[in-house]
Amino acid sequence: MLDTRYRVEIPGGINLEAQVVGPVPRFFAFAIDLGIRGIIILVLSLLSIPLGSGGMGGGFFLIFLFAIEWLYPVLFEVFSRGQTPGKKMLKISVIKDDLSPVTLGASMVRNLLRTVDFLPLFYLVGLVTMLSNQRFQRLGDLAAGTLVISVPESAKPAAMQEVVPLAPSTSLLRPEQTSIIEFLRRSNQLSEPRQQELASILEGITHEKGDNGVEQLRRIGAWFLGVR
Amino acid sequence: MKQQLFETQHQAVWQQIEDSLEKPTQGDNSKVLAENYLLLCQHLSIAKERLYDAALVERLNNLVLGLYRELYRYRSETRLNIYAFFKRDFPLAIYRHRYFILVALLVLVLPGLVAGLWTYLDEDAVYSVLDGPEVRQIERMYDPEARKIGREREAETDVFMFGFYIKNNISVAFRCFAGGMVIGIGTLLVLFFNGMFMGSIAGHLTRLDYVDTFYPFVVGHGSFELTAIVFSGAAGLRLGYAILNPGHSSRLDSLRRAGRDVVPMLYGIVLMLVIAAFLEAFWSSSTSLSIGVKYTVGAILWALVLLYSFSGRRHESG
Repeated sequence: MLDTRYRVEIPGGINLEAQVVGPVPRFFAFAIDLGIRGIIILVLSLLSIPLGSGGMGGGFFLIFLFAIEWLYPVLFEVFSRGQTPGKKMLKISVIKDDLSPVTLGASMVRNLLRTVDFLPLFYLVGLVTMLSNQRFQRLGDLAAGTLVISVPESAKPAAMQEVVPLAPSTSLLRPEQTSIIEFLRRSNQLSEPRQQELASILEGITHEKGDNGVEQLRRIGAWFLGVR
Repeated sequence: MKQQLFETQHQAVWQQIEDSLEKPTQGDNSKVLAENYLLLCQHLSIAKERLYDAALVERLNNLVLGLYRELYRYRSETRLNIYAFFKRDFPLAIYRHRYFILVALLVLVLPGLVAGLWTYLDEDAVYSVLDGPEVRQIERMYDPEARKIGREREAETDVFMFGFYIKNNISVAFRCFAGGMVIGIGTLLVLFFNGMFMGSIAGHLTRLDYVDTFYPFVVGHGSFELTAIVFSGAAGLRLGYAILNPGHSSRLDSLRRAGRDVVPMLYGIVLMLVIAAFLEAFWSSSTSLSIGVKYTVGAILWALVLLYSFSGRRHESG
């Protein structure tokens, strides 16, 4: 329940991971979309007044109303990488449960079944369904085989300060080496005392205390990373 | 190989792919995509196998995810093959839903017949289904004296009614389908009440002897509209049945399969209801056409819809 990672094996024998998104960001995305739709409807209704409410203007207005109610999410999800404007703002996206892009059929099913998720009011059914499965799928998602994931940000690796590498005095296993590399990479995100606390655990390897221990550990990390 | 060497070796390629994913190029670049995809799959495997740090593994994972999504955007499923849809997919889907269609038909028609007979025989019966203003409104709509049939106010134009039918009828069909998620009960209720509603209007108007305005009006678009409503009921029941009786698969898999199977039905329903709305707004409402023409065209439309609906069987084995 707490682990939001979703794994699936894709062609190429790779286990791909994505982060599924819970009700809160999805609610905000929905609220934004609702606002956008409201504005569109308002503008359209103002435009259609001069054309007469019972005539041409009224007819087109009703067709637009229909399109905005039912087709707005479908068209955006299919043609804009699974993202309605609201989802785009919250950096989330609809995707098939094999992590391939959402298809027209799947998007239609999940959005038509929104009616049931909305029952009895304010998406109560949808919320309960979302919270009762590990992938935060509402009923429409279950039937369509879709999920909502957070769009991974292309995080550029943070630049590291120059560290002079140091060969460790004892040999370490690969997972241990990785931990030390991770320490090096992330140490500037940690507070000084926390860095010292972590480094002090490995006093047996660094043979130093306090600030010097941190420095030694970072140098060893650089060695494992392959800095020469 | 040490991690840093690995990173510096491939940094340029990763950066380039990251940029290309942010601004996807137009046109068919599936060959480049496929090559990049295979390359990045390999890099990700290596990074995981050699226990490179989590940041790198995550970056590669996201690259593969992005490439995978780009690659599968060109999947045939997303592109609608319109010819194949009309020729095979839609009739076949109708054929495969035949038992659901039968049930939906009965749940729509039987209450309709009972209500129709009752309102025909008993003057006051219509008021137990509809309230007074509604009845008077419908009586006005089919008054033989009216300039346009089926309209509440004569000022309403054909285009307005087209929009009105699109919005209302398709929304009803969508809700009828969605009701299937509540183990089919929602669908059954929508069908039952629509049947009763239509039946009592027909019975009441027949009783008032508005026969020559009401039936020629409904016969034309009814072919598409009623059939589409039955289809949407069938699609909804398919979902409900998948939940109730998943057979050998899990309830979830069964539901997902149903969700995939009903898709051609949904496309078909929307198309049929757009046609129906068009007919209802521009054809059925006309008073200048003779009743004979309307019945003839209505009969032809019904024949076409039924013939088409029964044409799916031969595609089953193929």
